[in-house]
Amino acid sequence: MQQVMNVNELTVRYGDGCVYCIDSDKSLDKNRCPKCKTVWAVRNVSFSLYHSEVLGVVGESGSGKSTLMKTLYFDREATSGQTFLNAYEDGKTNIFSVSSQQQRAIRNNLLGMVYQNPLLGLLMDFSNGGNIAQKLIAAGHRNVSAMQSRTFELLEHMEISVNRVKEPPKNFSGGMQQRVQISKAIANNPPVLLLDEVTTGLDLSVQAKVLDLIRMVQKKFNISIIVVSHDLAVIRMLSDRTIVMLDGQIVEHGFTDQILEDPQHPFTQTLVHSLI
Amino acid sequence: MNENNDYNFAFLDEVSKREIRRAIIKAIAIPGYQVPFGSRELPIGRGWGTGGIQITLSIIGPNDVLKVIDQGSDDSVNAVSIKKFVHECTGVEITTDTEKADVIQSRHRIPEEKLTEGQVLVLQVPMPEPLRYVERSELKARKMHADSEYSAAWLLLYEQIMRYGKITMGAAYPVMVDDRYVMSPSPIPRYDTLKLDDADCLYLFGAGREKMIYAVPPHTRVVPLDFEDYKFEIEETEGRACSICGATGVFFDEIFDAESGERYFQCSDSGFCGKNAERNKSNATSNECK
Repeated sequence: MQQVMNVNELTVRYGDGCVYCIDSDKSLDKNRCPKCKTVWAVRNVSFSLYHSEVLGVVGESGSGKSTLMKTLYFDREATSGQTFLNAYEDGKTNIFSVSSQQQRAIRNNLLGMVYQNPLLGLLMDFSNGGNIAQKLIAAGHRNVSAMQSRTFELLEHMEISVNRVKEPPKNFSGGMQQRVQISKAIANNPPVLLLDEVTTGLDLSVQAKVLDLIRMVQKKFNISIIVVSHDLAVIRMLSDRTIVMLDGQIVEHGFTDQILEDPQHPFTQTLVHSLI
Repeated sequence: MNENNDYNFAFLDEVSKREIRRAIIKAIAIPGYQVPFGSRELPIGRGWGTGGIQITLSIIGPNDVLKVIDQGSDDSVNAVSIKKFVHECTGVEITTDTEKADVIQSRHRIPEEKLTEGQVLVLQVPMPEPLRYVERSELKARKMHADSEYSAAWLLLYEQIMRYGKITMGAAYPVMVDDRYVMSPSPIPRYDTLKLDDADCLYLFGAGREKMIYAVPPHTRVVPLDFEDYKFEIEETEGRACSICGATGVFFDEIFDAESGERYFQCSDSGFCGKNAERNKSNATSNECK
């Protein structure tokens, strides 16, 4: 399978670090240095994402899942490590080493992001159509008719009536807002879509619908997806492979079935058993 | 004026003026870029033209001639108050004739008569940030400027097309300056926006409340933002003529007479209108003599 993204030794820390905690062999108090109190939100995380694959990231709250996603989407700055996108300069350039202008171009053209909190991904006072078009405009589109056609097409895919294109997302329910976010995220057909706890806070029937839509989008557009969730049911339903994070580090990775049926790490075992 | 007053010419102390002049020079060097400055207290409230006044007071010299207009009018309360204030603390000559003025301070209009080399138009700006409607954070807006990430400015126009079928922005229409910075040209009408492009004069913009100065130097490329299928358009003036001087093809104020129910138009630029009316009158008189 063709690799679309390669994350290599990615680290994000909050604080300067000290002689004690920068040495990775030393044990931390969860992900916090007992000496200097630096938080190692993500530490030496490496993985690959393949074409048309859904990669699940699970872990408890505070394990670094969302920080990982926000860093890959340039919302947070990586402390160290590299990430290569196959669609950007044939995967030869570390996307964290390029200028902020280039990073914006990568974000606008090659990545899509759906946040857990729609307030982060949508402009609540602008129309749904405007929100989706923002991604197109950012990628350089300047033809209103073409952008409107694309907006209608995406709304139809997401089962939102085109009659509601002029309404602001603040009039929508949480599930509908997530659908608008997904439409916006895939507007430019990005090769990689990042989903950060997209169904958290939604009721079960709405969750199921949103998950169905994500599966449909993935199949129809052949997008590679990284989906973060603390809900193993979501991971079981969506992902082909799964990585398990604890205290900012990957403790286990493998095929989703294998992880859920035969977990090896004690934390994963606790996670899986607590589901049952 | 005694020696001491000469030294502190034009209300502001020399240190303040020096800082504002430095900001102006930087603004001229980077067309369209908003330069922060330490906006001073003045004997008028912020939001009443303090940015423009500080620029005017910093650049004006004893031999300069000043014109002040507010929405095109030389005689509005704001314009008269500012004129009186600057005259009292500098003693400079005041005029209503655009051609005679060296420095013109304006709110919401660029005069009808073409400004020439050596003239400076100082515009009062209430809201200098063109991305503010979309991005509330100043820090993020500054980063967007740094990265030339202007989708927010286009989004504002797109949203209007979505809602109303056309671009409805009547004033402060965002422009791209020198192919680099998107700038709010202050709330001048769309009719005036094109006057910024390749102008002979220097445009200075001062936002006292928001503490920003920016500039469009002479002969700078200034292009209004638009879409491939929704082009920038100025206000309709066809079929309209000024009821006082008969001018056509200028920017008009629309007047409604409640008693007669009549709707008519007058030149928005009162100085231009007065001059034009005077010219018409003298032409008529000379024709009668012949």
